Amino acid sequence: MSDNALIQKIKPTVTASPHIKSHATSQRMMLDVIIALIPALAASVYVFGPRVLLVEGISVASCMLFEYVARKIMGRHNTLGDLSAVVTGLLLAFNLPSGIPLWMVPIGAFVAIVVVKQFFGGIGQNFVNPALMGRIILMVSFAGAMTTWPEVYNWHAPAVDAISSATPLAVLKAGGELPSLTEMLLGLRPGCLGETCAVALLLGGVYLLVRRVISPTIPLAFIGTVAVFMAIAGPQDAMPLGRVDFVLYNLLGGGLLIGAIFMATDYSTCPLTFKGKIIYGIGCGLVASLIRYFGNYNEGVSFGIILMNLLVPHIDNLTKLKPFGYQKPPKEKKAKEAEAK
Amino acid sequence: MAKRAPGIFAPVGRGRGGVKVPHRKNTRDLAVVRMEPAPEQVVLPMQQHIGAPCQPTVQVGDTVKVGQVIGDTDKFVSAPIHASVSGTVTAIKDTVLANGRLAPAVTIESDGEMTEFEGIEPPTVNDTADFCKAIRASGLVGLGGAGFPSHVKFTLKPDVHVDTLVINAAECEPYITVDYREMIDHTEAVIEGIEKTQEYMHIPNAVIAVEDNKPDAIAALKKCADTHGDGSIKVVQLPSRYPQGAEKMIVLSATGRKIPFGKLPADVGCIVMNVASTAFVGRYLETGKPLVSRSLTVDGSAITNPQNVRVPIGTNLNELINFCGGFKGEVDKVLAGGPMMGTALVNTDVPILKSYNAVLAFQKGALREKPDNDCFRCGRCSQVCPMGLMPTNIMRSVKAHDVDGLQKSGVVACMQCGSCAYACPAGRPLVQYLVLAKDILKEEAMKK
Repeated sequence: MSDNALIQKIKPTVTASPHIKSHATSQRMMLDVIIALIPALAASVYVFGPRVLLVEGISVASCMLFEYVARKIMGRHNTLGDLSAVVTGLLLAFNLPSGIPLWMVPIGAFVAIVVVKQFFGGIGQNFVNPALMGRIILMVSFAGAMTTWPEVYNWHAPAVDAISSATPLAVLKAGGELPSLTEMLLGLRPGCLGETCAVALLLGGVYLLVRRVISPTIPLAFIGTVAVFMAIAGPQDAMPLGRVDFVLYNLLGGGLLIGAIFMATDYSTCPLTFKGKIIYGIGCGLVASLIRYFGNYNEGVSFGIILMNLLVPHIDNLTKLKPFGYQKPPKEKKAKEAEAK
Repeated sequence: MAKRAPGIFAPVGRGRGGVKVPHRKNTRDLAVVRMEPAPEQVVLPMQQHIGAPCQPTVQVGDTVKVGQVIGDTDKFVSAPIHASVSGTVTAIKDTVLANGRLAPAVTIESDGEMTEFEGIEPPTVNDTADFCKAIRASGLVGLGGAGFPSHVKFTLKPDVHVDTLVINAAECEPYITVDYREMIDHTEAVIEGIEKTQEYMHIPNAVIAVEDNKPDAIAALKKCADTHGDGSIKVVQLPSRYPQGAEKMIVLSATGRKIPFGKLPADVGCIVMNVASTAFVGRYLETGKPLVSRSLTVDGSAITNPQNVRVPIGTNLNELINFCGGFKGEVDKVLAGGPMMGTALVNTDVPILKSYNAVLAFQKGALREKPDNDCFRCGRCSQVCPMGLMPTNIMRSVKAHDVDGLQKSGVVACMQCGSCAYACPAGRPLVQYLVLAKDILKEEAMKK
């Protein structure tokens, strides 16, 4: 053999194919979600004042701490790097009123990270959306604190204890003065700290769509179902507003946008296929609408998503993809008939 | 055939999947270089194809010439092996192949003359049977990488009617440019091969399917196809999307026909042939020279002079790499084949087989590695799978050893194209799980 000197003594790495990979990584996708949440966070600070940052900070920090400690105790590898705990922390705080007593926040974080996520095997294994479950546990445990809605923050004359009586959805049911539609769009109304600014949430949603982190299927099916339901049901007798306004207030009010764009699209707890996503989105919208319209709660988005989360394994089973060129085997009866002929 | 990319408005379950891979066709403008001088020694394994292995027909000490048969078998799914250099048979013993398996091989010490075998003459072909026989005698196997004996494709069951010959010139794997060079340098031979195949196989239509990243090749083929023959040869431009060159994909893209699950192209009236194989058929029917050499793309960040080289089959891989200036830098991975489906080699002291279309070597850090994360069910694997499988579900079934679930998953249709693992953000080794799934099913089938 000529020129043996050119051949190095090499010990090549052996791996399974493919040997090249796309740019997409879990970290990058989670980072995209965090980036998409920034406009809503900024809007929230403007609407509800600096205390928002405190709630957010505690929520994110406790989620990360719980994630780290839980993995450590279970003897599993550290998963802080995938940033999913940060996303959960941000979303959990988005679903709390800005005036919540701070000691309650870590309880929500514990439920979200330890009970819902790590007990079931960590990322990808949680059966419901961790942040939403955290919110619901807080909601049923501390109903008072969780439904005390601070007034929109006045940056010129800060008044810490300004408490409003009700969110727009509550006003719809109980009567009272509604914020204008512009105020609803900009988020200048009482509510959970991250849910109010529709413009910021939509901006984040568009970013996620452009980055292809989410597909529009679930948000459209979800929001569309609520819109159709409310349009058909129409305003109840006591409500002093038209059908179109009623639908708009329902779309902009409560946590519909944040739920449809950021919570229902959580990968672990939504179906894999297009068909499945349609069924899931419509289901979320239907349950949320029913609770809003007929239930005692003013808000049904969290329950709608959690309920559909639980059905996802079944939806997935019913909507599996068919392999390329798959043909349904002829039904037995027909086959027998064909044979008989 | 408009095909929608999975993007914002092409949700999972629609379209045909696939991924956008980088092209990196660095060697496209370099003419194919013949390896001179020919290697002093070649090792010819008796199994270079899918099917039955050949038996050596020569003995140690025999003198052989280029193109002489040195291995054959009477099994049908097989292809004879020809001497690729002239010289003396010095050994017949087991040798290690690139995939780590042992196979009997004939070693020929070259006399440096490359004398051609006297028995070489253009085959006399009058009908389909003659054609199939001639193709078998030529030792041709699919040159695109699969290594399936070509005459088997041409031997049709009597009730099967084929009306379209699909020439696979997609070359969708990154780096590889041998098919492109074949189309540019031997356009005539390609068209000739198609015409001859059409004539003897009685196939009225032929479609050459080329990815749109090779506009020169498309233009050259169109020009040649127009000046030749009766205009039954069409050239179609396909979007560059991996795995466009997979058999079922190319038939769908080129003809709009969907091959049913578990069926072959012939079941929808098509025969698929690689473009380099077609060019070989064209040349073989004229000269009668069997398959004794082939072109390979030698490229990658760890190769000093990337180029396309024509080498005698059985040449040692190290010699080919030396011919291209050797390695440079710290070598991390050496691949036989393209980066999507190629095999990572354990060592480079292996013979080159008929089915190899590329040798790629990469330095440390040249190939992007992903951090190993847990699956978070983003569903991208199902979105990109051209076969409509759900790799993440299959992975779960494998972990749970759920045989029933695997049988229903349709995993047997997986062709290991690697699209799922390419797209996976969590860096899961999905192809490994899919292969494991197929192994589990095979094991279960054996038990019964």
